[in-house]
Amino acid sequence: MDALTALTEWFTVPMQFGFVQRALLISVVAGVACAVLSCWMTLVGWSLMGDAVSHAVLPGVVLSYMVGLPFAVGALVFGAGSVALIGAVNRTSRVKEDAVIGVVFTAMFALGLVLISRVPSQTDLGHILFGNVLGVSDTAIWQVLVLAGVVLAVVWYKHRDLTLYAFDPVHAHAMGINPRLLETLLLGLLSVTVVVALQAVGIILVVAMVIIPGATAYLLTDRFERMLVISAVMAAAAAVVGVFASFHLNVSTGGLIVLTQASVFTLAYLASPRHGVLWRGRTARRIRARAATG
Amino acid sequence: MSPAIEVTDATVRYGEVLALDSVSLSVAPGRICGLLGTNGSGKSTLFKTVLGLVPTDHGNVRILGHTRTVARRRGLVGYVPQAEQVDWAFPVRVRDVVMMGRYGHMGRRRRARPADREAVAHALARTHLSDLADRQIGALSGGQRKRAFVARAIAQGADVLLLDEPFAGVDKRSESRITELLLQLRQEGHTLLVSTHDLAQVPALCDEAVLLQRRVIAHGDPETVLRPEILMEAFGIHTDGRGAAWTP
Repeated sequence: MDALTALTEWFTVPMQFGFVQRALLISVVAGVACAVLSCWMTLVGWSLMGDAVSHAVLPGVVLSYMVGLPFAVGALVFGAGSVALIGAVNRTSRVKEDAVIGVVFTAMFALGLVLISRVPSQTDLGHILFGNVLGVSDTAIWQVLVLAGVVLAVVWYKHRDLTLYAFDPVHAHAMGINPRLLETLLLGLLSVTVVVALQAVGIILVVAMVIIPGATAYLLTDRFERMLVISAVMAAAAAVVGVFASFHLNVSTGGLIVLTQASVFTLAYLASPRHGVLWRGRTARRIRARAATG
Repeated sequence: MSPAIEVTDATVRYGEVLALDSVSLSVAPGRICGLLGTNGSGKSTLFKTVLGLVPTDHGNVRILGHTRTVARRRGLVGYVPQAEQVDWAFPVRVRDVVMMGRYGHMGRRRRARPADREAVAHALARTHLSDLADRQIGALSGGQRKRAFVARAIAQGADVLLLDEPFAGVDKRSESRITELLLQLRQEGHTLLVSTHDLAQVPALCDEAVLLQRRVIAHGDPETVLRPEILMEAFGIHTDGRGAAWTP
């Protein structure tokens, strides 16, 4: 068997299984939605906020199972609720924002752990925390597709305003464009995106999906539109590699998706044409040479 | 004719700290007013007050006779931020930054129309940045960066410009280029409020000057405001005979 056949079969054999097709769909869709949002997260500096929102949705997910609602409903309520709570405590106390975020998301996560220990056994904590993309239900697929569609549509419609907010909120304000509204919109999008990605990689690893692709793309380009494209393509590719490799190696899918993203980030960090650390010495020498001659 | 900028009895507190103490200030249209004071004298707070970014305990602000909300909605006020407030590594080109000045004129998706592109090209030409339009914003020199943000205000069509420390971190040649540009803008009827701690720039640029130390210590001709005894009061130097000379 030659290499090409082997490579082809590496992809075609798993695709004979329905659960692999669905895992692929969910992972790519969730990956792209997260990747697009991650560009603004990277630039605004909201990595910790992504971590917070993803952990804070746990009680919402558990409560949804308890009362028989779609998981996304509870997750959204608790995701958006904790963002609002963080904002309120931050504004009304002297405690710094990162501390407030730390208090709120761990408290929410703890509430989720307590709730889950009281819930009948059909909800598996492991699946919520670490994802179970190979075993997603049809209703979960629809929730992911609808929510991801909403995120991408809103982003497509408002991306220039979101970038304006990320770059210069004071200027937005000076032109009568409300930066607080844009901030709220971005936080709302983050909450929804986290819920989308839960199904693919689980609560613990969601934060990777909303940071790594944007951070990687940021190393590779100085143009925001290109950053969006690079980020989305990178995340989709990582989802494909992660799903197929986890099938063959029989390891955690969410874990492999994130590891693939992290590997791409490492490559970009080292070897990005303009911002890679490998060339830093060379670039510095070039700048010195130019300064000496010019 | 209403003043371009009119601040009446504005008091601003940050918690316990009094940042502005019943400041009143009026600048007529077509004038360049220098805003002088030490760090922490309230210059930035006064800008934020004019923009409506900080809540005032009491006091009133009018811009060309309009409330701040109306002035903002009409894009009457352009803001040129201090260098430290800008993320220079942000992945935007000079052209993109200037285009952001047009957003108030655009539809909800902020899609540029030919008129917007023309306004951007014009603003870039006015500030001599046309050749650098496709550079990432951080790939400009200090003076070019300042001009890029002035270009954004020009593209916005702002009548009133607030410039926060436009001469900080700028070499001599760029300094005179910026001065020349600001004088041209005044010639066209723009009103400029320029904060600076570089007093040497003031006489050449400003029609009037305000000395701020949480309250207005002096407001008038630059020569009057820059008189040593007034500066001493502002900078907390007492005339004890030993003459802590502080020459502008």
